[in-house]
Amino acid sequence: MTERSGALEIRGLSARYGPVTALDAVDIHANPGRITAVLGANGAGKTTLLRTISGLVRGSDGSVLLGGRDLTGAPAETIARAGIAHVPEGRGVITELTVEENLRLGALLGTARRGSAGRGRLDEVYDMFPALGDRRRREAHSLSGGERQMLVIGRALLSEPEVLLLDEPSLGLAPRVVAQLFALIRDLVDSEGLTVLLVEQNARSALSIADTGFVLNLGRVVAAAGAAELAADDDLRHAYLGF
Amino acid sequence: MQQFVNFTLGGLSQGAIYAAFALALVLIWRATRIINFAQGAMAMFTTYLALTLIESGLSYWAGFAAALAGGLVLGALVERVVMRPVEGGPELNAVIVTLGLFVAFQALAAILFGATFQSFPAPFGLRGFTVGEMTIAFTPFSVFVIASVVVVMLALTALFRFTDLGLRMRASAFSQEVSRLLGVRVGRMLTLGWALAAVVGSLAGLLIAGGNLVHPAYMDAVIVYGFVAAVLGGLESPGGAVAGGLIIGLALSYVSGYLGSELVTLAALAILVAVLLVRPRGLFSRVAARRV
Repeated sequence: MTERSGALEIRGLSARYGPVTALDAVDIHANPGRITAVLGANGAGKTTLLRTISGLVRGSDGSVLLGGRDLTGAPAETIARAGIAHVPEGRGVITELTVEENLRLGALLGTARRGSAGRGRLDEVYDMFPALGDRRRREAHSLSGGERQMLVIGRALLSEPEVLLLDEPSLGLAPRVVAQLFALIRDLVDSEGLTVLLVEQNARSALSIADTGFVLNLGRVVAAAGAAELAADDDLRHAYLGF
Repeated sequence: MQQFVNFTLGGLSQGAIYAAFALALVLIWRATRIINFAQGAMAMFTTYLALTLIESGLSYWAGFAAALAGGLVLGALVERVVMRPVEGGPELNAVIVTLGLFVAFQALAAILFGATFQSFPAPFGLRGFTVGEMTIAFTPFSVFVIASVVVVMLALTALFRFTDLGLRMRASAFSQEVSRLLGVRVGRMLTLGWALAAVVGSLAGLLIAGGNLVHPAYMDAVIVYGFVAAVLGGLESPGGAVAGGLIIGLALSYVSGYLGSELVTLAALAILVAVLLVRPRGLFSRVAARRV
């Protein structure tokens, strides 16, 4: 896979659902080769943040830039083609398609973006996640929660993204699988300069692999610092992170 | 016995047409969860287009090709211009819009082409083959009908199963949101789905018209039978639509032959109600319900 260079910059991003303000002037900067964690309780606006970045929700104000390119208000498919891969929480697998067809969709986007050949690259994902290789012809609804998570992450990687938006990748996974998954993500970031924005309720494990972190509360950024610094701030941990 | 063979053969070729029409309905249902009640009227419109060209001196095949091409354009236009604003909204809105289109196309056809019966040519003979001394209810045109429906079904299967475009279309049908996140231009896939459906519908329109009389309302009965066939097949699967079409064709042919043709519509209704009562997901539904 090739070198990336897409810094993700979010400036003053706001979003509302009717009268409810879900995001309130959020500023977040995520650098290539770094994992940036976005933490906060349920309802803090973490998922809305990712959905607004990827164009599924239209922001009411502010801007989203990828490597300097303004993507504010672009449709989701354009943003995906620009190199932002959003791995949504839980529901990202198209269960009616086979494992291989799900992966092919990612590879198609990767080919559209960079013109690399699709076929050999599926094998890389099967090497990474042997469980998927064994089930490649099966419909994806037969997969377990962990296998689905592998599938959506493998699919996102095949799309050759600059930026990976991960929404609660640890949800419903056994601790051992989470550790494997996080190690894999860390590896990809270090070796390929991927930009990762990691949304997690599980703040402790997210901060253990992240470089920097932002804490959201009721749609606002209430803290931004290095991951170790956030983890060491007792008041912050008790108030917002629950550990 | 000879009677039974004739009813069966007639039912099969009629069923192939219902299958094509059901296929058109299924294509749109899968992609947009809309039953296109205007499908028959659109097919009628393109069939008139073919008839106009044929009467102006062009060959049958030129008219045939023009009707299919016209269907492609008409389907895409209808989706882009008329359906796009109501897609994703309440289902009833879309249904009402397709009903409105149905009325509009019929009215427009009556204005443009006249509300009288006109005869439509057939490209092949309409005299039954002779087996021994018997003439059976199977004509060269029936062969053409069945062959063209088989070709269309194989082409669609190949498209969906083996091509990247087909994969994108299926992905869009199953999950618009995930497809968009994977860079699939879902809007284009929907337009293409409507366009393909209209081509298949136009084919059904041409096949029914062949050797028959056309009239702005000549497709109305086919909409009903095609719809029953699609429901029979579960509305989801192209294979189910074809099987449903053949079953309806056969069933109606037997009813018409043994019981009387005035009972055909009633029989279609009875089949529809029975299927919805016993197997609401269609005859071929898998036991596991689809997870939503």
